[in-house]
Order: sequence, then structure tokens, then C-alpha cells
Amino acid sequence: MSEPVSADTRPNALSAWPDARGRFGDYGGRFVAETLMPLILELEEAYETAKADPDFRAEMDLFLKDYVGKPSPIYFAERLTEEFGGAQVWFKRDELNHTGSHKINNCLGQVLLARRMGKTRIIAETGAGQHGVATATVAARFGIPCTVFMGATDVERQAPNVFRMKLLGAQVVPVTSGTGTLKDAMNEALRDWVTNVHDTFYVIGTVAGPHPYPAMVRDFQSIIGREARAQMKERLGRLPDACVACIGGGSNAMGLFHPFIEDEDVRLIGVEAAGEGVETGKHAASLKGGKPGILHGNKTYLLQDDDGQIIDAHSISAGLDYPGIGPEHAFLHDMKRAEYVSATDAEAMEMFQLCTRLEGIIPALEPAHALARVRDLAKELGKDGIILMNMCGRGDKDVPQVARMLGVEL
Amino acid sequence: MTNRLNTRFSELSAYNRAGFVAYMMAGDGDSQALLNALPAAGADVIELGMPFTDPMADGPAIQASALRALEAGMTLKGTLAQAAAFRKHDKDTPIVLMGYANPIHHMGWEAFAKAAAKAGVDGLICVDVPPEEDDELRAALGKYSIALIRLATPTTDDKRLATVVANTSGFVYYVSTTGVTGAGSGAVTEVGEAVARVQRASGLPVAVGFGVKEPEQAAAIARTADAVVVGSAIVDAMHAGGVAGAQELVKRLSSAVHAARR
Repeated sequence: MSEPVSADTRPNALSAWPDARGRFGDYGGRFVAETLMPLILELEEAYETAKADPDFRAEMDLFLKDYVGKPSPIYFAERLTEEFGGAQVWFKRDELNHTGSHKINNCLGQVLLARRMGKTRIIAETGAGQHGVATATVAARFGIPCTVFMGATDVERQAPNVFRMKLLGAQVVPVTSGTGTLKDAMNEALRDWVTNVHDTFYVIGTVAGPHPYPAMVRDFQSIIGREARAQMKERLGRLPDACVACIGGGSNAMGLFHPFIEDEDVRLIGVEAAGEGVETGKHAASLKGGKPGILHGNKTYLLQDDDGQIIDAHSISAGLDYPGIGPEHAFLHDMKRAEYVSATDAEAMEMFQLCTRLEGIIPALEPAHALARVRDLAKELGKDGIILMNMCGRGDKDVPQVARMLGVEL
Repeated sequence: MTNRLNTRFSELSAYNRAGFVAYMMAGDGDSQALLNALPAAGADVIELGMPFTDPMADGPAIQASALRALEAGMTLKGTLAQAAAFRKHDKDTPIVLMGYANPIHHMGWEAFAKAAAKAGVDGLICVDVPPEEDDELRAALGKYSIALIRLATPTTDDKRLATVVANTSGFVYYVSTTGVTGAGSGAVTEVGEAVARVQRASGLPVAVGFGVKEPEQAAAIARTADAVVVGSAIVDAMHAGGVAGAQELVKRLSSAVHAARR
């Protein structure tokens, strides 16, 4: 543990982290090149000021309501409940947001912040393209030029989203270094940022990166959990027994979990991507198969080899194909406040089809992973149980890929 | 504390000569041969790159070099072994390791510092560990008398510069431009002013790098800076022309730097 923080300056509630150094326990921090350090400090100050400003809050709320379509409903997935034969399965419908995923909750906050800071150019990294589309959308709405870095592999498997970003006026830069996936896109975005420090705002899409990003993205995404918590109380008069969400970097899960952290009776369950199986080595399960390390500005669990080199992640889902995880998840994992499990590519494919057929909801491949563990949990909890899963994205973007995998020519 | 870095910069200063710092990547090509040949080619200080899969602050040349080195099986331990082999027959030329935090963190800050000291390493530049995060690393390096060399950049204002130069030793690395390694360097006049500012704040020699490629450009910087660092160009020369090609470039660059103040 670095420079021990004295007992009285450390948060005493699990939901009150990070501390002043941007640490969640030993995780998080600000591991960036010196060129970026002044920017990170400036961003932290600007965010703290904005957060306390009622005008910023009011502007956010207005756009969340009229532009994003908040609040998103909760929905009783009756036929899946019947199919699984146990606990009630409820979805938080964040796939109904404008642009089709939870990502826009965060993009809106960061782009409004960028405007307050007088930044005139937006950059972002994207995996599945959902964060790229959401960023390009909000950038278009405010007339700010936007460049999105996307791994070349992902550009290929997420073609519909690439075209959407282009329609929205964004420049999409395919990244060929490494395996051409999310981590390489993030490297390239950091390289662009270090070069264009004076006018550029980097909209990070997940609860990772240097402080203040993990806390800031969590705060913007916590609308998921705040709404769902109030909705469950109103509809059912009680909180769910478990909140379940898929995890790549972990922004939708953190957004769902955070308002429930102090509700100790509510289990928080994150589902990582097991790819072809954690035991095969071809997976993206950083907590199950990784060790603590330092990458992309923060200390967290990483897939790495014996020399500390980063191992490429493997997942059918471009949005989960990342060798790290947000530092707050690493912390909740070590503190045993949240449980982390995984689901394979095959399970996600199965759930994608099952949910579509039974509920008439085409889920993104990302939350289809979460659904696989909801199935087990429903049986475990039994009829009296209530499960709340975040349906964080819709699956339209995955239709071409799923068709290909099923051997269907479109 | 007398060490090779202090001794080397004192010598250069006594001759009113700027130093030439050559960067090379451990494990890319016959790197041991190049490492051994660098002092005779005119390198006053050697920066030995520790390859990493995700070099966020590096441009295409050093990224590609790191991936080639890893592909060829280079590791942090292997890098230290090359430094140790060099140190057996060169007792004077300082070696500074340059790279990223994760492989070092994975080995353990203290285990790394101990192994590096044993290999005859004199300093470390860890790109993604800023002053706010380097307490553990600094303590470990201090225990084994290895200099922690920090980076100052065009975005480092006076207030921050005080934080950057506190606890640094050996020299300060001034990054001449906002950007990745191998991109264009800053205007020479601006670099001169910045070097003077960093020298005043730190009381240490200042080496300037990022984007220096040509002998004339290196010489212009050498008129004000205590040393000039070239990396991407050497890495490219090594890849294209092997040890002989890299050696040849180092000779041209070092001659220009050494003659700059005559």
C-alpha cells in the first residue's frame, strides 16, 4: 500500500471512496505521463466545481429527461422468469435510452463539462461502438468536433456502429496496433490527448483511467441505480435480493451497484466475459484470471503474464473485450461487498436468442452475459426472490455478428 | 552521493560540452551488441528501453520496437541481464532504464531496485508514475542509490515544476513537445527558455528529448541543454541497418552535439 492515508481521512463507508488521492483502497490513482498530469488536476477541479453547481445539475437533468429519455423503466421479464423457474427477473431498461445503451448517461455529463471548461475538441475510445456512438451523438448535438478511436478488429465486427458514428459527423480512426481492440484504442486516445492537450477533452467511456475518471463516470452512471432503487421500492415495496450487471470496464455495473452499496442485504453481482472459458486463457475476466497492476492511468486487476506484460482479452463481445476492470470493482471485490462471476461466449449467444424470443427484447451481447448468471441465480433464490438486472444495451448492433455466427447470410 | 551520472555530467560541464544520450530498446535485434558499442560511438549516457506491450507515451517507432523485442522473448529480467553484461566491461558509462510501471510493479518495486542496482543500473525513468504516485518506487530506488529521473514537459508550469523536481536526482528529462516520442520537437528558442527554467528550479542537469532526429537539430538544442536525447531515430536505424546502422547514426549525432558549443 502506498503512502498510508491516516485513518481519519479515509472514507468509512464503502460507497464514500475514492480518497483525496483518487484511491479506492489500494486501487485507482493517477498513473499518467507528466504531460497529462496538469490536465488531470484541472479536470478534477472543474468536475468538483460543476458537481456542486445547481446550474450544471439542472442542465444535466433537462437533457437526461428530454434528450436521453430518462427515467428508463423497470420491467418484469415474466416469460424469462417462467423459463428459469425461480426468482422474479426484472430488467432496468437502460437499452431504451437514446442511442441504445447506458453509455449516453456519462457522455452527456462529460461533454457538458467539456463545454464549461472551454474545450473545443472531443476524443473518445470505443469497443463495441456504443460509447463512440453516444459520444458522437452528444458532440453532434453541441456542435463539437469529435474523433473516435476504435480497434481495427472492432471496426470490422461492429460495422453498423461505425457507420452511425460517421453519420453523426465523427471521425473514426481504426487502431491497428496490438490486437486492434479496446485497450489499443485507449492507448491511441491517450497518445492523441498527450499531443493535443490544449484544446481536447478526452471522454473516457468506462469507470477506469486516471482519477477523477473512475469516480466521475460512476457518478454520471449512478442514475441507473438511483432510478432503479426508487422504482423497485415504488413498484414492489422492497429492494431486490440481487443486482446483476455485465462487466468490461464496469461502468454500467458500477452505475447500478453504487446506490445499493450501503444496502447490505442486496447482493451485487458482476458478470465478466469468460470468452472460450477462463480455464482456456482466452477470456476477458480480469478479476477471475488477473492480478493487480498498473495500466491506463490506474492500479487495478489486469490480465498479465509473468513479466507484467498485458495479455490480450478475448470475448465475443467487443464491449467486454478489455484486459482490465475499473478500480472500484477491484476494491469491492477485495472487500467482498460485490461478487464477480463470469459467462462464456456460448452462454451469451444462447441468452441473446432466448431473451429475444421470450421477451421480444434483443439484448446486446454484453448484457446477454449477465443473463446467463441470472438464470442460475433465479434457481438459487427461488420463487420468493427478486433479481434486478441492468439491460444496459440493445442488440441491434450485434445482429450482423450473430447472424454470421449462426451461419446465416444477410 | 557520487555516482556515474553525477560524475559524467561534471565531466561534461568541465569541458563545456553537452552530453549525448542514446536510447535503445532492449531485445530488439542484437541489442547487446549495440549496447556494448554505444560508448565508443559517442554516447555519454545510455537509456535502455524496457519493452512493454502498451507504451502509451510512445510513437510508432518505439511501439513497434517494443513489440518486436517482446516477440523475440525479451523480459524485464532479460533487460537487466543485458545491463549487467555491459557493466562487466564498462565501469563508467551511466545506464538509465526507461519504461512503464507494470512490469516493475509486477516484479515488486524493491525487488526491481535491488536487481537493477546489482546489474549496475544508475537511474530509472518510469513514464507513467508521476510524483503523486511514486512514493513507494522512490523509497525502493533510494535504498539502492538509483536515481529517479523525472520528466518535465511544456505543460509543467512553475508551481508544478517545484513538485516535479523535488526528490529527483541525476538529471531532469525535459520533453520538448506535447506528444509522443518521435513526433516533431518544440521550437529551439522555446526549448532554450524551458531548459533554463528547469535548470534553475532543479539545480540539476537537463536533458532534452522527444522528436530529436537530425544532427543540426541536436546541435541547436545542445547549445543550451546539458544533454540531448535521441530515441526513435536510433531505434529505426537499428531496425533498418542493424548494429552498424545504429552505430553510424549515433556517431553523427554525438559528434554534432559534442561540437555544438565550439
